[in-house]
Amino acid sequence: MNEPTTGAPADATEIGRLEEVARQIRLAIVRSVYHAKAGHLGGPLSAADLLAALYFHVLRIRPDEPAWPDRDRFVLSKGHSSIGLYAAMAFRGYFPVAELETFDGASSRLQGHPDMTRLPGLDMSSGSLGMGISAAVGMALGARLTGRDVRAYVMLGDGECQEGEVWEAAMTAARYGLDNLIAIVDHNKLQQYGWPGDGPDGRIPPEVPGELVAKWSAFGWRVLEVDGHDMEDILDVLDEAQHPDGRPVVVIAHTIKGKGVSFMEGHYFWHTRVIKPEELAIALADLGEPLPATNGGAR
Amino acid sequence: MTLPMGRAMREIFGETVAELANDDPRIVMLDGDVGSSTRADIFEKAHPDRYLQMGIAEQNMLGVAAGMATMGLVPFISTFVSFAVVRPLDQIRVLIAQPGLNVKITAGYAGLFTGQTGMSHIIVDDMSIMRAMPGMVTVSPADDVEAARVLRWAAAYEGPCYVRLVRDATQRLFDDAYRFELGKAVVVREGRDVTLISTGSQTPRVVDAAELLAAEGIDAHVLHVPTLKPIDVPAIVAAAERTGRVITVEEHSVIGGLGGAVAETLSEHRPTVVHRIGLQDVYVESGPNDALLDIYGLSAARVAEQVRELLGRDA
Repeated sequence: MNEPTTGAPADATEIGRLEEVARQIRLAIVRSVYHAKAGHLGGPLSAADLLAALYFHVLRIRPDEPAWPDRDRFVLSKGHSSIGLYAAMAFRGYFPVAELETFDGASSRLQGHPDMTRLPGLDMSSGSLGMGISAAVGMALGARLTGRDVRAYVMLGDGECQEGEVWEAAMTAARYGLDNLIAIVDHNKLQQYGWPGDGPDGRIPPEVPGELVAKWSAFGWRVLEVDGHDMEDILDVLDEAQHPDGRPVVVIAHTIKGKGVSFMEGHYFWHTRVIKPEELAIALADLGEPLPATNGGAR
Repeated sequence: MTLPMGRAMREIFGETVAELANDDPRIVMLDGDVGSSTRADIFEKAHPDRYLQMGIAEQNMLGVAAGMATMGLVPFISTFVSFAVVRPLDQIRVLIAQPGLNVKITAGYAGLFTGQTGMSHIIVDDMSIMRAMPGMVTVSPADDVEAARVLRWAAAYEGPCYVRLVRDATQRLFDDAYRFELGKAVVVREGRDVTLISTGSQTPRVVDAAELLAAEGIDAHVLHVPTLKPIDVPAIVAAAERTGRVITVEEHSVIGGLGGAVAETLSEHRPTVVHRIGLQDVYVESGPNDALLDIYGLSAARVAEQVRELLGRDA
């Protein structure tokens, strides 16, 4: 699974492989958060397929040379989904998979929110929402000024788009025509708590349907939409995003918060929550890895 | 008797960074739509390809600077203290100070001289805020000569730093032989009766105040502290020991800035009573520079008057 596949044809074999990577990322998210008794679930689970595609197919990176100057940059602006990123990086070979057990722990390189000074391969620290996209604008602009063929990718949450800085950055990127900048909005339709309404659990989504597309278009971006859980669709769109037309690109990825775990899907309160042992068993079974039977009993 | 006028630090800013960029292709200027005020326009003229208008969006500007720093560039920031420090404070904390990225937060319009703008633009606590931030070097040069030296130092320094620059021409304290050294304070007048410690463009006025006091038989020792962090502990201790009486003077709030730093230093290393002249927990109104200095007790005459009073109280 650690083999680089950047540039490989997106055939059925490749898609199957990336889907398996995404499944492993989801398992690692659930296990790590269970182990840490802390961390976020809904956001990293909704982003897992996108992260698998990026780290195993799209990004031009060298895990054994994390500071390679010509690498593509990736900024997780929705830094609370850190465990999803760490899992993708570990499976890709940036650090031992066993280190995921240290997630959120004291002295860990895998801090609750990404800390670039601790973990080689993180292109930016993040966690305070709305900021990562500005840093990515700086990377894309910096690549242009230094003459490097580098793309800057940044992943945002849909709730995060409530931060004013996102739109400051959007205006700036369009003004400079940064077509080496690709933003991905993990549009999972739920934020931590949200507004009261008639949606799932009595809350309504961060954005009125279609509003995100209209907003990014109005700010001068090329807008692509994708089913964020359909690997073939994801690869197609991320490939299309790489063809420059003088505008920055945003991919609005329609996703499901908590994707892959039956009782978490679509429930805002699984944004961040401690997993109970009996819940872990269900989650792992949902992800195709039931716990081995113990004491002769069923789980 | 009074120190002569020097040039405005903002002109020094535009010229010096443009000059530095001649030899250092990594230097870029990020402007928050005030280049004609901060004189980043001088840089723009010399290096149009490396002048980047970021618009009126300072939070984004500081974040863009962080991203550019990771690409090996050296961004200098062009905006006022109010929009370089206070508005984008969280961006500075998370994207610049915490990762230790090489961004030069060179903020203009420090202190009272802001062109009669009023309290929204007059920041009284930037040194308190920035020196409290882990990883942030904080420098407040005294005059045009020192400002140029500090900017050269900043370009060569690897890491985040905050440099506060004054809008208008201020008095010149140093001659061309002056060399700035990070973290080093400078004795600018020897004296035996009282130690006056100052920073930024207040120091020349304190030197003038010392001359006024000398005429009355009070021999003041004056220490200039351009680097608020890291603070020069040995120099402050030595200056305190010199007279046993310490008064800080700053064009800034007395809470947490130079006065705070000196009080912290001495209470740990050489307990001494420290009096703090400066803004007494107030916001500053708009007005001509000289009027403001007079109102807030920072002109040479008003400083001398307060020192005299404080010495009387101590005696």
